[in-house]
Amino acid sequence: MGKVIVVTSGKGGVGKTTSSAALGAALAHDGAKVCVVDFDVGLRNLDLIMGAERRVVYDLVNVIQGEAKLTQALIRDKRLETLYLLPASQTRDKDNLTAEGVEKVINALKSVFDWVICDSPAGIERGATLAMRHADIAIVVTNPEVSSVRDSDRIIGLLDSKTVKAESGERMEKHLLLTRYDPARAERGDMLKVEDVLEILSIPLLGIIPESMDVLRASNLGTPVTLADQRSVPSVAYFQAARRLNGENIPMIVPGEKRGFFGKMFGRKAA
Amino acid sequence: MTSVLTQPRPIRLKGRSFLALSLSPELPFADWLSRLDDLASRSTGFFMRRPVVLDIAGLEIDRAELRDLVELLAARHVRIMGIEGARPSLLDASLPPAMTDGRTTGDIEVPAASEGVKAATDAAAPKPSAPASIALPAKAVPSLVVTEPVRSGQSLIFIEGDVTIVGSVASGAEIVAGGSIHVYGTLRGRALAGTMGNAGARIFCRKMEAELVAIDGYYKAAEDLDPGLRGKAVQFWLEGDTFKFGSLA
Repeated sequence: MGKVIVVTSGKGGVGKTTSSAALGAALAHDGAKVCVVDFDVGLRNLDLIMGAERRVVYDLVNVIQGEAKLTQALIRDKRLETLYLLPASQTRDKDNLTAEGVEKVINALKSVFDWVICDSPAGIERGATLAMRHADIAIVVTNPEVSSVRDSDRIIGLLDSKTVKAESGERMEKHLLLTRYDPARAERGDMLKVEDVLEILSIPLLGIIPESMDVLRASNLGTPVTLADQRSVPSVAYFQAARRLNGENIPMIVPGEKRGFFGKMFGRKAA
Repeated sequence: MTSVLTQPRPIRLKGRSFLALSLSPELPFADWLSRLDDLASRSTGFFMRRPVVLDIAGLEIDRAELRDLVELLAARHVRIMGIEGARPSLLDASLPPAMTDGRTTGDIEVPAASEGVKAATDAAAPKPSAPASIALPAKAVPSLVVTEPVRSGQSLIFIEGDVTIVGSVASGAEIVAGGSIHVYGTLRGRALAGTMGNAGARIFCRKMEAELVAIDGYYKAAEDLDPGLRGKAVQFWLEGDTFKFGSLA
């Protein structure tokens, strides 16, 4: 039985979709069978980030409404054969997602895949609550900004109350993925520091992804950043996060804190 | 029952206090009743199965009028369990018993009506006051201990007594306590202590970043608070109607 991860944040534009694709690709690269599910019905993006937009025939809503079989809707990645995408519908809206339908699809996926990664839409409405509902693990994507942190805090509250795990009295495993971290700005104090975010949210840290042009470039090329250049700084950070998800104990590097390799790189960029 | 009492056990009498609604009718009764009807129509079943005490202190009425009122209320499914503030001569066996020494515990929240109706009635009629009476907690004041952070958007309401949070209260979260509030972490949200009319309640926090603090209805928003308090271990209390604060360090 595979594990279901929800990638969520509350706030939009913090990097949920980018992180879903990057982590999915990283896990698949290490040999696991991974399916990334786009829950953002009506505003789908994951297909673009994964470079599969021209191969979408059926989608999540088709499967839920019985118009297509799950196997017809799943798109296999061209670069990694253990990576699959279940796209969202762009023409329908989130009301087409039903609790029973989502549960069926998730259960079917987790019997086949090692990891089912649900890319949640922003907000706390139907799409987001259904994306988190059946999750075993939550990855809370947060930018080091006050608004993002508060929204993440709200989402953590919902993860602890509105999910199947929470309702059955179990604890939802939650991880913080700090994205778009700019060490130079954090140093100047116009961005929250890592320890500030951790103090407010008080959940374990899965990884820190530095703000990087590599991420933007990869997204626009339709390649998860972990497949575009495996040695780029954000790519390494995502690979490490993926290995931590697998239970490996890898020391955390806070970008900028070591005035070595990272310090030089970002010091130059800020000038 | 045919069993014979073999043991001369004494009958046990115990005192017990309950929370009741107290209704204070106003003259003329016809107007007051129509306002009550209006309230009842907005919140169906509000008085159902609730013990109600009629407070007639200061009303110049005779026994017949009082009996009529009790009957009119009974017809509205408001059952009167006792009458407060009546002259002893006014009551007889046909009327509910006299009640004394009631303690006010604060206004009972009338269930929210649909927006439009509520706005209209608020303007038309003063809200029928329904302060609950008689609550004499003989036992220890209960307290609530929360060992997890209170997240943004969460509202923790505990009107029975003190709330202790071992953790932080996030921005956008809210703690409402009948007693004092203790936060062993950072207080970033709102803390409302002594909400049921307890001016002796206090707010304590290890690190003060609150958006709003309130005691017994008096409140201060973050903007009105001394900026020097930020990040400090602070307590708040009321002296009369002025907000006081002091360092805990």
